[in-house]
Amino acid sequence: MLPFERFVRAVDAWAGANPGTEVFIQTGDHEYAPVHARFASMIPMDEYRQRLRDCDLFVAHVGMGSILQALEERKQTLMMPRHASLGEHTTDHQLHTAERFGHLPGLRIVDTADDLQRNITALLEAPMVVGPAISQQANPALIDGVRRFLQSASA
Amino acid sequence: MLRLRPAFEGMDVAYVSMFENYREVVAGSRYYTVPDAHRFDKLAFLKVFLHAIPIMLRERPHAIVTTGSAPMLTFLLLARLMGARTLWIDSIAQAEEMSSSGKLAKKLAHQVIVQWPEVARKEQLEYWGAVL
Repeated sequence: MLPFERFVRAVDAWAGANPGTEVFIQTGDHEYAPVHARFASMIPMDEYRQRLRDCDLFVAHVGMGSILQALEERKQTLMMPRHASLGEHTTDHQLHTAERFGHLPGLRIVDTADDLQRNITALLEAPMVVGPAISQQANPALIDGVRRFLQSASA
Repeated sequence: MLRLRPAFEGMDVAYVSMFENYREVVAGSRYYTVPDAHRFDKLAFLKVFLHAIPIMLRERPHAIVTTGSAPMLTFLLLARLMGARTLWIDSIAQAEEMSSSGKLAKKLAHQVIVQWPEVARKEQLEYWGAVL
């Protein structure tokens, strides 16, 4: 995954302006290292999930993994898509993901660092209402189809 | 992929990821990591290939299921050579069009499905449902 410097800088700057709030960033591969927020390039998934459960606001790129995690854990989530033109991803599919999923309750998607920072403040003060938790499993029809494929392959 | 786990129940499963941090989540299954690669970095695919060969020789899988990211194309190629059945599930992140990796997978995998009905129609592929 390519670095998402715009995101990391924005969240780190917010952390600098709000020293009373604990901020932790999983940066992924990065060139800019946060100077205000605590950070790691990657943490084990159990620690990641625990941090997600414990936090007041989940801030992430518009990755499907992040959306699924937000819905599974019923956590209010603020997202900003990666742009291919800025070298943040190889395509603009996160913009499409934003269009498809941006309407979900408890999810807010913004497109600029300024809006990201403004909304971190706003959502910590007045949290969004979050929808019901989703199942931890894929659509049963998809699971059945995959299972049938695998059974025919090993037969 | 984790949301598909019920499909693997009772089967001997090995996972391959680009990320080390999921290892504990599937404790009890064998777990391998390979480097990331994307279409603008052809050399990266060679590196993935060099990781994939020993994994495939050790595992000799009957089948491979992938939710579609570019590095896993190398496993489709090796699976073809070794006679394993392959299922490519194009990423749910591809809501408007099939990924470029998915388009290559159409030439390599035994079965390719997508997670959006509109994309399925456009590509004349099957839609079985989505991970969400």
